[in-house]
Amino acid sequence: MLRNIAHYFTYTLLKLEHGTRLADALDFFVYDTLKIFLLLSVIIFAVSVIRSYFPPEKTKRILSHKKEFIGNIFAAMLGVVTPFCSCSAVPLFIGFIEAGVPLGVTFSFLISSPMVNEVAVVLLFGLFGWKIAAIYAGTGLLVAIFGGLIIGKLKLEKWVEEYVYKFHSGQEYEITRQTFKERLQYAKESTIDIVKRIWLYIIIAIGIGGFIHGYVPEDFLLRYAGPGNPFAVPMAVLIGVPLYANAAGVIPIVYALMEKGLSMGTVLAFMMAVTALSLPEMIILRKVLKIQLLAVFAGIMTVTIIAVGYLFNAIL
Amino acid sequence: MEIKVLGPGCPNCSMMEELVKKAIKELGIEATVEKVADIKEIMKYTMSTPALVVNGKLRHAGKPLPNLEKVKQLLQIEKI
Repeated sequence: MLRNIAHYFTYTLLKLEHGTRLADALDFFVYDTLKIFLLLSVIIFAVSVIRSYFPPEKTKRILSHKKEFIGNIFAAMLGVVTPFCSCSAVPLFIGFIEAGVPLGVTFSFLISSPMVNEVAVVLLFGLFGWKIAAIYAGTGLLVAIFGGLIIGKLKLEKWVEEYVYKFHSGQEYEITRQTFKERLQYAKESTIDIVKRIWLYIIIAIGIGGFIHGYVPEDFLLRYAGPGNPFAVPMAVLIGVPLYANAAGVIPIVYALMEKGLSMGTVLAFMMAVTALSLPEMIILRKVLKIQLLAVFAGIMTVTIIAVGYLFNAIL
Repeated sequence: MEIKVLGPGCPNCSMMEELVKKAIKELGIEATVEKVADIKEIMKYTMSTPALVVNGKLRHAGKPLPNLEKVKQLLQIEKI
């Protein structure tokens, strides 16, 4: 059906000739745009409804006093569905620690939350197919689980700012009860909010796919970071670490890199590095973590993501 | 009326403040708006920012932000 709309738009409405490059590109562009926005809206809406059941206060309660490992798995998964603004990372961190959530488990949550989210997964699904999306989500969770687990095992509590452990708000925040109708309303607002913020990036990504497809010449990037180079993955990750963009923002870059012929594993590792680690986030977390712990955190994440990149390249 | 906007200072928090100021103007009510960035102060109420506190009561926390109409409602809960 979407195909027909795209055909109608391109050939009937704009009267473009069949088989020309422009017409084909436009046809593809309209179809992809419709498909991805439809997918996004439906899935963000569904995830938002689920989300309304997991406010941070509840997640905190679920995770408090959970044992390591099981706790890490729970935390990584809850990171996907608990809504939170990156600006509340600090109060959230303190709240978790205060409630007795182990440090490593808290990290699993903080890692998975920006990296594995519905926008990233839907976009990968829409642009590269379900396999890539599933692999990204699965390994993203693994990175979060093991990253947190390692930090927990290293016993780095000494590198958390002292005041965090002395902090006693003594508050048991109440969780507002919502009717199902209110949840749907929340989901609607949330969907509109997210789509409003990311639509431009998506159009750009699809535009790259539609119009530059086939036009991009062999590039020096390919020579240096192409499949033949064993250091392509670490290079991509090291470039990605200081960069920051949300999942939607990084997608156009991901698409462009793919078009330039970088291998899938290299590109996905790059995407993970961009979304999971960033300078602004580090600066925010510096309020609760000492510089040593930040360095260890960044180090572990970099190494894990590089490993995942090699794994992708080996299996894809 | 005493209104506090809680948030360590991110785009969402400033948007919340703007919304609140606009709502006050449109409702024509007397109110003071205070921006709270201190973590300890924030955590007396919630751990999800941006948040809205009206006369000491938490009325909104976290994302997504309420729209202007919703903010107006939240500010008027006590009157009703």
